[in-house]
Amino acid sequence: MGLLGPVMIIVWKDVLLEFRSRDLLISVVVFGLLVVVVFNFTLNNTPGRSEELAPGILWAAFAFAAVLAMNRAFVRDQEQGGLEGLLISPVSRDAIFLGKALTSLIFMLLVEAVLLPVYAVMLDFSALSWTLMLTIFLGTLGFAVVGTLFSAMAVQTRSREIMLSVLFFPVLLPVIIAAVEASTRAIGGETFIGLGRWLPLIGVFDALFLVICPWVFAFVVEE
Amino acid sequence: MANTQNLEFSGSLGRFPSVKTSLAIITGVMMLVDLYLIFMVAPTDSVLGHVQRVFYFHVPIAIMSFLAFFAVFIFSLMYLGKRTPKWDAIAHASGEVGVVFVTLALLTGIIWARPVWNTWWTWEPRLTTTMILWLIYVAYLMVRSYAPTQSKGAIYAAVVGIVGFIDVPIVYYSVVWWRSIHPSPVVGPFAQSDSLDGTMYLILLYSFITFIFFFVYMVTERMELRSTEEALGRIRFTLRRKGR
Repeated sequence: MGLLGPVMIIVWKDVLLEFRSRDLLISVVVFGLLVVVVFNFTLNNTPGRSEELAPGILWAAFAFAAVLAMNRAFVRDQEQGGLEGLLISPVSRDAIFLGKALTSLIFMLLVEAVLLPVYAVMLDFSALSWTLMLTIFLGTLGFAVVGTLFSAMAVQTRSREIMLSVLFFPVLLPVIIAAVEASTRAIGGETFIGLGRWLPLIGVFDALFLVICPWVFAFVVEE
Repeated sequence: MANTQNLEFSGSLGRFPSVKTSLAIITGVMMLVDLYLIFMVAPTDSVLGHVQRVFYFHVPIAIMSFLAFFAVFIFSLMYLGKRTPKWDAIAHASGEVGVVFVTLALLTGIIWARPVWNTWWTWEPRLTTTMILWLIYVAYLMVRSYAPTQSKGAIYAAVVGIVGFIDVPIVYYSVVWWRSIHPSPVVGPFAQSDSLDGTMYLILLYSFITFIFFFVYMVTERMELRSTEEALGRIRFTLRRKGR
């Protein structure tokens, strides 16, 4: 078996679990809606300022939602002892990591696909821009890769919910900065060139951590 | 008192002074000389006045904290490769002292910024990166102590030490680029560094060497504390087993 087979089996397992319980996606979507309501009032959003504030609110909501979703990534495996089962199965650690990261990416993209049109209406910006979609994809990929690594550690620690946020936000800061800047331009109608170096910055971050994270993940899950 | 031979004293009972004690003496003397140089010998800055003297603490402390985190990175890699507990002990001690140093660097920076830049804080790349460093290495210490077992904590901390250190340049460049489109009111930070005269430069250099010694002394002290903690853990374990 190559790498792709086991990855897909792990993804399918988690998608099936989620499809049957539906406890994660719905709660994260509701949370995402709450965030936009809270930010609307804390930032005193008025129609004229909407375009200026929208990218910031968008990414604050996505980042918090990502932490919330990622907190659950290993909880089910941890509680039922499923992770041990995965680890003793003849599957490489890379496949487990990539499977978990891909699951988180798919869940987050689903949540964002629901939230983005709602945000576009509530914050009055045009979401139909492929540069914005690309920014969201790359940013979410960064969240998923680093978040999966930290989630595997945080799930083992005391006060795991806080631990993941404490680890996640400082390391993901470059992605958040770059995603906000790229989204501001994408919403303003800029083309790919107009986005400047922000998309390549996220791309470099993603590529770098796609190499490092599977490697250190093997140390995190070993017994 | 029959059990005392089990306690591994690594002090200097009737032998040569240990490395740690000699480091403590050297650091103490150097620090006193450093204070004398900074407050008595160094010329007062013609533009900034006495507040400029915080610079002799701030710059060495800030550079040492970066070096400390570099040491955490190197020893974390070595620990993951070889699993020698000593590498983890060095990484742990460097991380802890590094957090203390970076806290001091931020505080002395704030003392400096208020009179000179007329603001306590600005989202300047170096300041922001230092702030993020502080957050990453506080997380490094937290994940170590919140882990289920000590060996897990060592591995988790090593992972954070590696990932965090690789992240720092990306944070720095993202903030530099961010700043180039959101200029902050402060103009020309650290502009005074060109205007150092010879004496000031030499005192800064001396101060830097002093803080290297201070750092190494703190790290050895912390490592000894850790080995004492471990010895205590073993004793407690043995006593509990005997009491049963």
